[in-house]
Amino acid sequence: MSEQRKQWPLYEVFIRARSGLEHKHVGSIHAVDARQAVEHARDLYTRRQEGVSIWVVRSSDIVASDPGDAEALFEPAKDKIYRHPTFYSIPDEVKNL
Amino acid sequence: MYTQGLDSLGADCLHQATDAVTLEQRFQSKVDADDRIEPKDWMPDAYRQTLIRQISQHAHSEIVGMLPEGNWITRAPSLRRKAVLIAKVQDEGGHGMYLYSAAETLGISRDELLEQLLAGTAKYSSIFNYPTPTWADVGAIGWLVDGAAIMNQIPICRCSYGPYARAMVRICKEESFHQRQGFEIMMTLARGTPEQHRMAQDALNRWWWPSIMMFGPNDATSKHTAQSMRWKIKRFSNDELRQKFIDITVPQAEFLGLTVPDPDMRWDEATQHYVHGPIDWKEFEEVLKGNGPCNRERLETRRRAHDEGRWVREAALAYAEKQRARETQAA
Repeated sequence: MSEQRKQWPLYEVFIRARSGLEHKHVGSIHAVDARQAVEHARDLYTRRQEGVSIWVVRSSDIVASDPGDAEALFEPAKDKIYRHPTFYSIPDEVKNL
Repeated sequence: MYTQGLDSLGADCLHQATDAVTLEQRFQSKVDADDRIEPKDWMPDAYRQTLIRQISQHAHSEIVGMLPEGNWITRAPSLRRKAVLIAKVQDEGGHGMYLYSAAETLGISRDELLEQLLAGTAKYSSIFNYPTPTWADVGAIGWLVDGAAIMNQIPICRCSYGPYARAMVRICKEESFHQRQGFEIMMTLARGTPEQHRMAQDALNRWWWPSIMMFGPNDATSKHTAQSMRWKIKRFSNDELRQKFIDITVPQAEFLGLTVPDPDMRWDEATQHYVHGPIDWKEFEEVLKGNGPCNRERLETRRRAHDEGRWVREAALAYAEKQRARETQAA
């Protein structure tokens, strides 16, 4: 095998805290393969019953939006306040709306 | 505290990024607004370098910090103490991993970070260069060293750099057990036989001053505090944190019936703070320079562990590669 400079790849770790909740990103971990990543994630991120399920995914497989595009991506939603219920004024006497 | 090398390293890189004025202004106003900086956001190079240095020193401290206590795992006085100590040392290893991951988001590899530690070019907290000759030292470390660490780390939970802040939230949650188990060991000894009481006092005598020094140099001599505060990497000055630590720890020592080894220590009614005697910064500098009681031993132990684990790391990777090759062949 090639010399020492070969790093274990990086995985991102997602944990479901308990059933009924979604998996949430908790951090990352180096491992030789996905199976080992799950084993190591268990030791590193669930020492205190933090979860009931673990997902791992190669960090290099994640496609992320560019912070530079944030304006183009997210700004248009800003002036569409009519998407929020508070946009509509309803008289106080009308209940359950 | 884990960042004491900041004052000696990289002073030149701190004021370079002036040409990207608008970017820098935008960055600073984000920081000022208590917004968080995330890995892919633009940041001044000096901010990045400062964080890499601080987070990696912090990570190295956790890793080297496993050694003084690990020394007592095989000799813990009961099965309960042993289970607790193993869990604590495992936590420290975990904290190192969280922090290395946070540092890696800034564009440095885990290998580079480890290399810096093993080559002796990176710093770690000098507190871990003191020896642990008795069981009481395990108590004193949990109580004082972890206590000081918590004091320093809680404000970092609000650090401007997201991944560092998030790692710190996780660490602080776990750290509180460390301090309490240490205090419990001290309490058991202090209330035990006269000999055990003496052991507890002796450990306090040896760990008090190094713990106080963990907060780093006095504000007047700490060069980069102002910049780190502007960047909201640091929220309180060294002296402020040191004072907070002393104010809460002295009454705890009194509760234990132990005496803080500072003849000048007194309560000041006017300021409602304890006033401590002069700190021997020469000792601090010596340990920092590598001349502490255990500097060489700690690094040698780390290097040996790294070298002896090499075949495991390589074999695991080779095995995974072989498995992958077989799967592609079969497909």
